[in-house]
Amino acid sequence: MSAVILAADDIQVAQNIGFGIIAAIMVIGALKVVTSKNVVHAALSLVLVLSGAAAQYILLGAEFVAVSQILVYVGAVMVLFLFGVMLTRAKLGKETDLDQPKAWLGVPVALLMLGVLAWVLIDGFQDERLPADATSKAAVEISDSVLGPALVPFLALTFVLVAAVIGGIVLARKD
Amino acid sequence: MIAVDLPYWAQSLLRVLGGTVAVLLPAGTIVYLFLFKMMSFMQSRLGPMEAGPYGSMQLFAEVGKWLQKEDIQPENADKRVFKIAPLVVLVSTFLLVAVVPFGPDAYFTDFEAGIFYALAVSSVSVLGILIAGWSSANKYSLLGGLRAAGQLIAYELPMVLAVIGVVIQAGTMNLNQIVAAQNAGSMFGWDGLGNPYVLTQFVGFVVFMIAIQAELTQAPFDMPIAESELVSGYMTEYSGFRFLIFFIAEFATVGVFTLIASVLFLGGWGVPFAWFGWESLGDVDNWMNVVGPLVMITKMLALSGIVMWVRFSYPRLREDQLQRFAWKVLIPVSVVNIMVTAILKVAF
Repeated sequence: MSAVILAADDIQVAQNIGFGIIAAIMVIGALKVVTSKNVVHAALSLVLVLSGAAAQYILLGAEFVAVSQILVYVGAVMVLFLFGVMLTRAKLGKETDLDQPKAWLGVPVALLMLGVLAWVLIDGFQDERLPADATSKAAVEISDSVLGPALVPFLALTFVLVAAVIGGIVLARKD
Repeated sequence: MIAVDLPYWAQSLLRVLGGTVAVLLPAGTIVYLFLFKMMSFMQSRLGPMEAGPYGSMQLFAEVGKWLQKEDIQPENADKRVFKIAPLVVLVSTFLLVAVVPFGPDAYFTDFEAGIFYALAVSSVSVLGILIAGWSSANKYSLLGGLRAAGQLIAYELPMVLAVIGVVIQAGTMNLNQIVAAQNAGSMFGWDGLGNPYVLTQFVGFVVFMIAIQAELTQAPFDMPIAESELVSGYMTEYSGFRFLIFFIAEFATVGVFTLIASVLFLGGWGVPFAWFGWESLGDVDNWMNVVGPLVMITKMLALSGIVMWVRFSYPRLREDQLQRFAWKVLIPVSVVNIMVTAILKVAF
């Protein structure tokens, strides 16, 4: 069945195979994040997942988003994450107390997220398709839409981030 | 424009070969010219003299020595991560060189958001350094890795902010367009020198050079590998060809960063377009694809000479001095630079 889909005329075989391989790596990485017995290994698997997302963006022709993904998640968030982990607890080898007895609660949350995201994507794009010769959008267009039609959600997001930063400072301050 | 049409595999092969040369050649040149010779002369000694004329083959001897050494891993090390770490650092260097243009058509990719991409992949090397320090199972290594991460995060910010001034002035993030914008420009109507941004963005240039000095962990910013405190920081447990990979990555990154600095501030591969009556990127003659890389290498050697000169001249900064300098001096200065550039850009 899947071979038939891959061989259809308007399907790009190489891109689909690439997508499949990267998606498989991402899924395995994501499973490793939650099953790994070592905090640093889990974090490194997360790096794999996030880089895989960047690679998928490139396959979709969204180079700017892909680069932002690398810059923000791999270059900054994960480095800070590892930095924090290594400063506090980062034993080499296996750790025993990493499992949470309530870990099963994550399963319904994950399924809910999957449902919501799938619904948003399917509802938002219907059966629209990326043209085969799609070129990446120029950064100018993206900035124009961020500072134009999408200005209000953009500002709302910045407010959320500022609130998070202030919350972090309040929690970290002892006096 | 070049009229040869190569098949895809030949293009890919050429790119891989070109990338390897563009990473290894600057690294070797910088090590021999500056690390071996300039440092020796500054310390009133001759440096390597035996292997080849003026010791110019010394590098091959060193590489041979490292390659034949035993591949030692500490007993308690996290073996897999320990092996991957140097490769992550080296891969980040190779990814970095992919967007550097060496001529009107002599580039690996003509990436729309080129400089943004360069800043993004350069931050990946921190990851390699961190896991190298952690997986070595050595307190000195871990401390070195943590110091490196703290320093690289702190100095990445002024580097990005310094670049924004150039991007505002050029109106593009494509490195080839930035080169063209500088060489096609003019200063008050005089176009004999083009308009290299080192003049208009001098503050940005100084901030960028200081930031890359820190990003490259060259003295006075060599806290992460401070040999009098931490043996050799995150590289302590590495020997043989894994150390060689770290060593190559360090000096290749010096080369690539100074190449990027020369593109951003010194006009890159170009000569002022007015000299030959070119108007824009499309008019540039084909021979620039050969001369361009030479122009680039010259500018790169000048800039990396400055980096190395500073490295050999100044003592190491303390951790608190280093952090204070980044957050309280460099970042405010570069933010002011961005605001002034933006105001002038709108005003003119």
